[in-house]
Amino acid sequence: MKYLLTLYAEPGAEPSPGSDQFDVMMNEYFSLEERMKGIATFLAGEGLNGVETATTLRKRAGKVETTDGPFAETREHLGGFYLIDAADLDAALRFAAEIPAARYGSVEVRPVMAYD
Amino acid sequence: MAPHAPAAIGVARALDQVMRADRGRIAAALAGRLRDLTLAEEALQEALLSAVEHWGRSGVPDRPQAWLYRVALRKAIDALRRSQRAHAHATGWAVLAEDEASAPDPQSIPDQRLALIFACCHPALEGKTRVALTLRSVCGLTTAEVARVFLDAEPTMGQRLSRARAKIAGAGIPFAVPGAEDWRERLDSVLTVVYLVFTAGYTAGAGPGHELRGEALFLARLIDSLTPGDPEVEGCLALLLLTEGRAKARIGADGASVPPGEQDRAMWDHAILDEGRALVLRALSRGVVGPFQIKAAIAACHAQTPPDWPQVEALYRTLLRFEDTPVVRLNHAVALGEVQGASAALVVLATLGQQLCGFQPYYAAMAAFLARAGQGAAALAAFDRALDLTQDPADIGYLRARRAQVARGEG
Repeated sequence: MKYLLTLYAEPGAEPSPGSDQFDVMMNEYFSLEERMKGIATFLAGEGLNGVETATTLRKRAGKVETTDGPFAETREHLGGFYLIDAADLDAALRFAAEIPAARYGSVEVRPVMAYD
Repeated sequence: MAPHAPAAIGVARALDQVMRADRGRIAAALAGRLRDLTLAEEALQEALLSAVEHWGRSGVPDRPQAWLYRVALRKAIDALRRSQRAHAHATGWAVLAEDEASAPDPQSIPDQRLALIFACCHPALEGKTRVALTLRSVCGLTTAEVARVFLDAEPTMGQRLSRARAKIAGAGIPFAVPGAEDWRERLDSVLTVVYLVFTAGYTAGAGPGHELRGEALFLARLIDSLTPGDPEVEGCLALLLLTEGRAKARIGADGASVPPGEQDRAMWDHAILDEGRALVLRALSRGVVGPFQIKAAIAACHAQTPPDWPQVEALYRTLLRFEDTPVVRLNHAVALGEVQGASAALVVLATLGQQLCGFQPYYAAMAAFLARAGQGAAALAAFDRALDLTQDPADIGYLRARRAQVARGEG
């Protein structure tokens, strides 16, 4: 099954760039795919620029409306994602537990809809 | 052609017997095979209807369990084929299941009960849902019976169960016994569900409560038989037995609860207590201690008169290494007070006031030790606070009686 893992954290909750903890965290992100080999297949994953760069769009009655900012004003912001292929939820959860964001924020694990 | 009346009665009796003995095993095998609890339950229902018709005409088959399993699998395959949403994976399962359904008379139904229990108690489901789904799918209670346990309306419980089954199928919660990596955490979730079923039985009163405690003991025995030699499973079963063996003595003739040390031993079920004691010793001898074993050992200490307080105190100190919670600290303080005196207990209790300010047993313990320390007025205030925090008639009876003693200066 494919799962989308979305990473949420409060701004400023993760270690700040330049600190030792930041380097540790980045190394964990860089080695995640390698470390999780055999548990889940990595399909895609990216970090996102901050919510201050987000634009939200709605189309109503043929008219496009855009607003400055994220879809939902929440304390924890969407900061990145992984798309993985895993045997079952247990394997996906094991992958999620290795993501540094699980320690200072939250990781939501959502199965991807199957159309086949 | 309708079956003759006597034949119909025979069929009903045979079906009833099979379902009583093997429902869990058949339902679990279907769920494990189909990876879908909703489909499995519907298929089993259809197979039961078929059985009434076919068995009435051609007699009860040699292995009725295997017959029901195979027919239910075929019904599920038909349902998958009919389904508009029959996508590749469903069709894949249908093909696999078809092989099994048409296999010439399988010798036995695969035992998937443990896998089903782990699925129903998965941490991805909400706590209450785990308990409800286990009672429904593993123990075979009806939705109405499960609703009654939680004092919920039946449709509300039905929705909760449907959502849970849909999440298991949709989120890919596995029907599998977890590997070594996840074993401890997942087993703990399972044993917690078993224990919650038991405690629900303790608070539900005599009739339904007795049945629920029976279901919890059934689950614990089943898990113990399927995971032989696991010390925490043995510890959980032992804890249940050592509590159940004293259940009748827990409430006195006046309706007030009776502390273990003052219970009438003649009302204890010594056979159950002996089984529990033997089991906790066997578990501890395996040398891998865990919280359920410690709680069972504490229950064993309470199942003797007088309770072995120094041992209880030491066990609570060990339990704190696994579960450092305010409630365990409270229980430790009580044991400490029995060993070292009231002032030792009061020192610890004073540190817990903030966390346990809404917890009746905290004020009951506070009141008891204040009274022993000769602080009568403070003790009476603590009894009043405890009484404000409980609706349970047995607790109210006990607290009122103790309060009256202290008020009369008999502290």
